[in-house]
Amino acid sequence: MDLNTVWFILITVLFTGFFFLEGFDYGVGILLPFLGRNDRERRVVINTIGPVWDGNEVWMLTAGGALFAAFPHFYATFFSGAYLALVLMLVALILRAVSFEFRSKDESPTWRNRWDWIIFSGSLVPALLWGVAMSGLLYGLPVDARMNFTGNFFDLLSPFTLAGGLTAVAVFTLHGAAYLSLKTAGEIRERARAAAMKVWPAAVILLVVYVVLAGTTTDFFDHVGFNPGVVPVAAILALISVRYFLGTGKDGWAFVMTAFSIVCSVVALFIGLFPRLLVSSMNPEWSLTIYNASSSQYTLKVMTIVALILVPFVLVYQGWTYWVFRKRLTVDSELEY
Amino acid sequence: MDALLLARLQFAIVTVYHFFFVPLTLGLSVLIALMESRYVTSGDPRYKTMTKFWGKLFLINFAMGVATGIVQEFQFGMNWSEYSRFMGDIFGAPLAIEALLAFYMESVFLGVWIFGWNKLSPKLHATVMWLVAIGSNLSAVWILAANSFMQQPVGYALRNGRAEMTDFFALLTNEHLWIQWPHVFASAVATAGFFVAGISAWHLLRKSDNLEIFRRSFRWGVVYGLVGTVLVILVGHTQAQYMIRVQPMKMAAAEALWNTEDPAAMSLFTIGNEKERRDVFAIRIPGALSFLVYNRFSGEVRGINQLQDEYEQTYGPGDYVPPVAVSYWTFRIMVGAGFLMLLLLLFSLRAIMKDDVVDSPRLLRLMLWAIGLPILANSTGWIFTEMARQPWIVFGLQRTSDAVSNTVGAGEVAFSLVVFTLLYAVLMIVDVKLLTRYARVGVVEPAPGAEAPQAV
Ligand code: HDD
Ligand code: HEM
Ligand code: HEM
Repeated sequence: MDLNTVWFILITVLFTGFFFLEGFDYGVGILLPFLGRNDRERRVVINTIGPVWDGNEVWMLTAGGALFAAFPHFYATFFSGAYLALVLMLVALILRAVSFEFRSKDESPTWRNRWDWIIFSGSLVPALLWGVAMSGLLYGLPVDARMNFTGNFFDLLSPFTLAGGLTAVAVFTLHGAAYLSLKTAGEIRERARAAAMKVWPAAVILLVVYVVLAGTTTDFFDHVGFNPGVVPVAAILALISVRYFLGTGKDGWAFVMTAFSIVCSVVALFIGLFPRLLVSSMNPEWSLTIYNASSSQYTLKVMTIVALILVPFVLVYQGWTYWVFRKRLTVDSELEY
Repeated sequence: MDALLLARLQFAIVTVYHFFFVPLTLGLSVLIALMESRYVTSGDPRYKTMTKFWGKLFLINFAMGVATGIVQEFQFGMNWSEYSRFMGDIFGAPLAIEALLAFYMESVFLGVWIFGWNKLSPKLHATVMWLVAIGSNLSAVWILAANSFMQQPVGYALRNGRAEMTDFFALLTNEHLWIQWPHVFASAVATAGFFVAGISAWHLLRKSDNLEIFRRSFRWGVVYGLVGTVLVILVGHTQAQYMIRVQPMKMAAAEALWNTEDPAAMSLFTIGNEKERRDVFAIRIPGALSFLVYNRFSGEVRGINQLQDEYEQTYGPGDYVPPVAVSYWTFRIMVGAGFLMLLLLLFSLRAIMKDDVVDSPRLLRLMLWAIGLPILANSTGWIFTEMARQPWIVFGLQRTSDAVSNTVGAGEVAFSLVVFTLLYAVLMIVDVKLLTRYARVGVVEPAPGAEAPQAV
């Protein structure tokens, strides 16, 4: 395997980790205004992700940094091409990043209510836009022979990419609800489970539609690289099984299955892309690939060594934090935010 | 305005804004870790109170650092795509390593620190704060490694139409980095020292409850700030001597030195005519610049005109003169702030030694306002470093005008510029309001069992 492929896999891992972890963070944020009936309850909801959300978000920052290091042309083309969408996403992420800290610093109900809705939109908008953006890579964007994006904001939008955005929102919401039913006890847990039941059909239907659209409007199943085969099917089946585990009160399994479904979806998307990073809708020859968009072999080698040394540490201590905060929260727990 | 100018303006605004919060994070994380270690080793609960009080302010600041950092991570691709193509092979690596090595560390462990007071042993809890402090300061090393390459490129080869890395260790051992990082670290220590001393001064003035906590904090802040300030001045001097070797034009601009001189005079105050490259009015100390550069009162310091000619021969026709007035004044503001800081700290130290801090209201009032001095020096320091390097974005390799995204129109940049500026302005108001409120609440310890007003 060459280093370019190694980095393609590492990028896949980073995005998988990002969507798995931030997926439930976003979901919890989206559910916040609906699950907490009073301030104390909303604080419980926030505190389930309080100690971990920033560490989770670093998966996105690392994915961005890794793209820059390994595939700088992709970083340059895609982020300048999706300029306005990114501005919108950054605004949402900025507000979200300060919201947890700021919300807790004033007790006035208006203040807290305002921040609740900021957390809601700060979670909804990035979830939607990431779904759209990742789908856009496969769907294709107008990129010319010199790797320059020649379109505008609306080129990002198509039935397929929109389905991608909505699917991301629905699946993350379900994932967040599963997380909450795992991390809370009492009434909030019941409500989280009820919310999961409600979101579940929409999530399943959207995911099926999305996979069908992938097969019909992109070269997902029949292009140059591998056929993702059973992986998207596994994503759908895992999501379907969530209903069963919710019904039987197996919170842990429900969460594992939403997580597994997200992992399979992201992996499938990247398999469908391979060896491309961004499909050019103008001419397949002009697509950005792991070869024409990459750094030098030397840089890839350095970065491979660095990643092999550091990633295990990160996984261990980040895993440890989940262990430290493994207890379920209730309205009687001691809360920080 | 064209897209280039707007993109520059936007970069300057969001980066300087990010750097309002960064130094406080860097310096305060270490100071809080020291306080908490002191609590663990002495068992004195007053140190725990201090740790918690300053920790709360730290968290409000940290949130802003993270929020504004997210923009930084993406804006090279968004606004500087040609830079990213040209430099990605080198620049991406430190950025990715920064995330992998440092961002995970600081944010994961900060989460543990905030929520772990009753879950971890005191010793482990203090260790976690050290990990946050180390993580933050490691992140500074990596981003500065990237920035140092832009000031002083090393370990690269021009191939395939871009700069490619040939020696990773050259990047890490870049002399520029090991002068720049100590300067930034020391400035962060000074910033945190002034922050702690200033807010403590406010409480001492008001004779708040728990005066002892603030008297102690004031002492810590002054000593810590003094260490930082002395270091930042010493390192700054070294930095200037280094600068004259690798970027002489920057020094010439900083001094508004139009023509080569030997011995060179240092400008105390110059009003110049930038177009005609001449002084309108100037007070200069003969030989002083030579002394600063060579530690003796003679020695050639090259001027703007001569350097311009030299650069034209090396790099081809073009304008290689950075904006002189901005360079000159930002440099002076930074250095001036540095010496003012030193003076204030020496007075404070004397008051501490004589044990009459509480009876020196004028000094305390000055120290409150002095919180802004290091922040001013930080901002002007960066504006100087970056602007006096122009027209280069990567010195000698790429011009800023060749680095901007060619597919992002002026309209789009104008839009994002307005959006970010407004958003940042609003956040600044909220942030300062919260910081002030929590700084004022002080350390009233809550009655046991009651919901503490400040400990939410
Ligand atoms: C000398 C220090 C320094 C400098 C020059 C910069 N930063 Fe910074 N940055 C930090 C020091 C730092 C920090 C201390 O590590 C922060 C500030 C507060 C915080 O939360 O971490 C941070 C936060 C921070 C974050 C959020 C990390 C998180 O979520 O925990 C990102 C993505 C960046 N920065 C990226 C950048 C980029 C791309 C820069 C270059 C223009 C930059 N920063 C300049
Ligand atoms: C008083 C004496 C000082 C001197 C002689 C000095 C010198 C310098 C020089 C020469 C540079 C430019 C480096 C380059 O571009 O190569 C610089 C940059 C900078 N200075 Fe200072 N400085 C002083 C004080 C301060 C103080 C008090 C602060 C803040 C508290 C500060 C913060 C900065 C920052 C943040 C930068 C930009 C980062 C860098 O390039 O290192 N400086 N300083
Ligand atoms: C390490 C932290 C950095 C700080 C604090 C910093 C600070 C600044 C400041 C204050 C300016 C304004 C000068 C001006 O507008 O002329 C500026 C400009 C700029 N800097 Fe940096 N910079 C940093 C790192 C970088 C890095 C890593 C890049 C890589 C692309 C970069 C590229 C630029 C660009 C493109 C401009 C706009 C050009 C210009 O306006 O002159 N800077 N930066």
